[in-house]
Amino acid sequence: MTFFSPASAFRPARLVRSALLASALALTGFAAGPAAAQEIRAVMHSGIRVLDPVITTAHITRNHGYMIYDTLLGMDENLKPQPQMASWMVSDDQLTYTFTLRDGLKWTDGQPVTSADAIASLKRWGERDGGAQMLFKYVESLAAESDKTFVMKLSQPFSYAIELMAKPSGLPTFIMPERVAKTPSSEAITDYTGSGPFKFVEAEFEPGVRAVYEKNADYVPRDEPPSWTAGGKVVKVDKVTWVVMPDAQTAVNAINSGEIDFLEQTPIDLLPLLSANPDLTVKTLGKYGYQTMARLNWLNPPFDKVEIRRAALTALGQQPILAALVGNPDYMKVYGTMYGCDTPYATEAGAEPILNGPQPEKAKEMLKEAGYDGTPIVLMQPTDVASLAAQPVVAAQLLRQGGFTVDMQPMDWQTLVTRRASQASVKDGGWNLFFTNWIVPEVWSPINNPMLNGGGKAAAWFGWPDDTKLDEMRVKFASATSEDERKTIAADIQAHAYEVVNYIPVGEYLIPATISNTLDGMLEMPVPVFWSVTKSE
Amino acid sequence: MLAYIARRILASVPVLLVVALFVFLLLRLTPGDPAAIIAGDMATPDQLERIRDSLGLNEPLLTQFVTWSGQLLSGDFGSSLISRTPVLTLIGQRLEPTLSLAIVTMIITLVLSIPMGVIAAWRHGSLTDNAVMAISVLGFSIPVFVTGYIFIQIFAIDLRLLPVQGFRSVFDGVGPFLARIVLPAFTLATIYIALIARMTRAAMLEVLDEDYIRTARAKGLTERIVLFRHALRNAAVPILTVVGTGFALMISGVVVTESVFNIPGLGRLTVDAILARDYPVIQALILLTSGIYVVINLLIDISYAFMDPRIRY
Repeated sequence: MTFFSPASAFRPARLVRSALLASALALTGFAAGPAAAQEIRAVMHSGIRVLDPVITTAHITRNHGYMIYDTLLGMDENLKPQPQMASWMVSDDQLTYTFTLRDGLKWTDGQPVTSADAIASLKRWGERDGGAQMLFKYVESLAAESDKTFVMKLSQPFSYAIELMAKPSGLPTFIMPERVAKTPSSEAITDYTGSGPFKFVEAEFEPGVRAVYEKNADYVPRDEPPSWTAGGKVVKVDKVTWVVMPDAQTAVNAINSGEIDFLEQTPIDLLPLLSANPDLTVKTLGKYGYQTMARLNWLNPPFDKVEIRRAALTALGQQPILAALVGNPDYMKVYGTMYGCDTPYATEAGAEPILNGPQPEKAKEMLKEAGYDGTPIVLMQPTDVASLAAQPVVAAQLLRQGGFTVDMQPMDWQTLVTRRASQASVKDGGWNLFFTNWIVPEVWSPINNPMLNGGGKAAAWFGWPDDTKLDEMRVKFASATSEDERKTIAADIQAHAYEVVNYIPVGEYLIPATISNTLDGMLEMPVPVFWSVTKSE
Repeated sequence: MLAYIARRILASVPVLLVVALFVFLLLRLTPGDPAAIIAGDMATPDQLERIRDSLGLNEPLLTQFVTWSGQLLSGDFGSSLISRTPVLTLIGQRLEPTLSLAIVTMIITLVLSIPMGVIAAWRHGSLTDNAVMAISVLGFSIPVFVTGYIFIQIFAIDLRLLPVQGFRSVFDGVGPFLARIVLPAFTLATIYIALIARMTRAAMLEVLDEDYIRTARAKGLTERIVLFRHALRNAAVPILTVVGTGFALMISGVVVTESVFNIPGLGRLTVDAILARDYPVIQALILLTSGIYVVINLLIDISYAFMDPRIRY
């Protein structure tokens, strides 16, 4: 595999000659050339470096996955699972799932997509995805009946299986060729053969600079109209280029001058620079944004005591944190649900403390009753991630006002992600508190939401809540037989999670995209996709 | 001279070895985990551990160093831990934009700054001299990103003469190349023009009072010949030193200019690699930078001999 073709290799002599020529020529009059007629030039939220959408949950790699792979199932805008590569049938006893691949599915190397490919991909997904790991505990067998049909047999009902397989974010069920899907899940794949609506142009890939996708002319879309990740993925342009622009101001300048067509995330403080441009549309792609949250470490004092965690919940409040992080009320939401606003399981059960906060005097009383001895809270602040830098500063002040002693430690994100993995005591490099963000589809059910895993030191997410009751409730949710039953259990789970202070949601925010008016048909969904989009001159 | 060059090249070997060892140890002792970058936010500790194993990051430090050193000796700089792209490919992709920016910047700098410095010294104390000094102070004082954004606002957004951002290879055409390199090169040149104009002025002022300048004028030579052939050549040694080290600085990465104009150069690669703790890429870039400094310093020293006949090696 090479990304550096000899044709474009660096040639010093020619470069020097041309540079000398450059100095002799007039330095004005070279206006920017227009983008190719059927090429969309997009600046995504970050550069893509990891090309395996199963080894990582990075959103940019997930977006790459949607370009070049198809998913086993899709999810429509009503959050209902739909057939995508396969349709399915469930037996009456809820133990046997039969999947049938649709006609016309083909890899970019010309080979047909088979059951063996889907099975290998699902197994790899089952090793990496948190919800899938839960599902696979009950999978007795996953076997092909024919090239187009395969069967998953469970040991006990897991009614959330189809929703899990259709989820649009976290780790979606991207299907890869069997030879690729057999790569150990701890190693990144190096073969990017897909069967999705676009083909990855490996020769033009420059990590941190650009990624190029061409229309997959052999892709056969479904007949239904597109709806989120379901329906027909009809590609209407020849090429999509993701250009990496690390400087937000540069990206805003570039879309203002027409050099790019799409800016996935527009910094809210730069919106005034775009509002006067009639050639651009600034809007959020759908109603689901980001949930920002505080995670407490259950292993270290003082948050090993539930009473002190409750005092922290009481001391914090969503409004002041969102005001510092977002500022613009049009793009922020105070909301108590752990599952994201306007989602099927959204509820405010148990959320009163955070919705009524900050309540510093009450927090002080709670700390006194809990016997808080002034142990400093080590609060990690990542200074190099704009979407996470503000929350710790405000939270530190709110916690101090509530009677806590806070040791806020600024660091870069890399240091934080290393340190948050430490289960050691604070004096040995451990920690007490940090903030992170999730997109709503990653938290919209007790199964999807990684925070709500009560598996303790062995299995839970950083912070390691050891909460058997929570895990039992999640199993109950996954096996519920009706949507009403699920909603009830989800509310109980959230009330319990607030009661034990599993984590503290501190609000939701939206980030608008900026879209050139030459583009039409951009789907409004949590994942930016480029099928259905046309580009006019 | 050849013996001197050979000695200098040999002397650079232990320097590079020390740099290699120092960088290797420094990176391993700095907090950070490439596995966490690869795996994303949802990874469990067990998954991170398995990724670390597959990357060889759980091997003892000595084993890792021996493996890396062995690869280096065979000319293999390894692959990025994050993208799995060979490090030399990554550097190859980024070298042309950085070199292009450095060369064009240096041409603009030399074309403008040396005449400015010479004239300022020649007209010492005059309005011209004061104007050159004022320009120098401005060049030093305004941060490069401010200059960049001002140029973008005027020439790209208001006048729409040039693109806002990006880089095109010179092999894709001189026009598109120049259109994209002009603004960043002028932006970056503002600092170097200020520096080299001041340096030239100071060096020229020292030599303009020398006896041989008076003699040259007494012989009836024109001021142009006196200034550029007699004075400037004698003032060249400190100017060359600044030009050389300035050029090395530009090649080793000018991350702010590269970010403001979205030029995919070595500076951005370095910052990205550091933020991701991409050890093989950082190690290779620092070795490359050290090598560039060694070579440029050698070239500067050699050039002294040509500019000043009294210097012999």
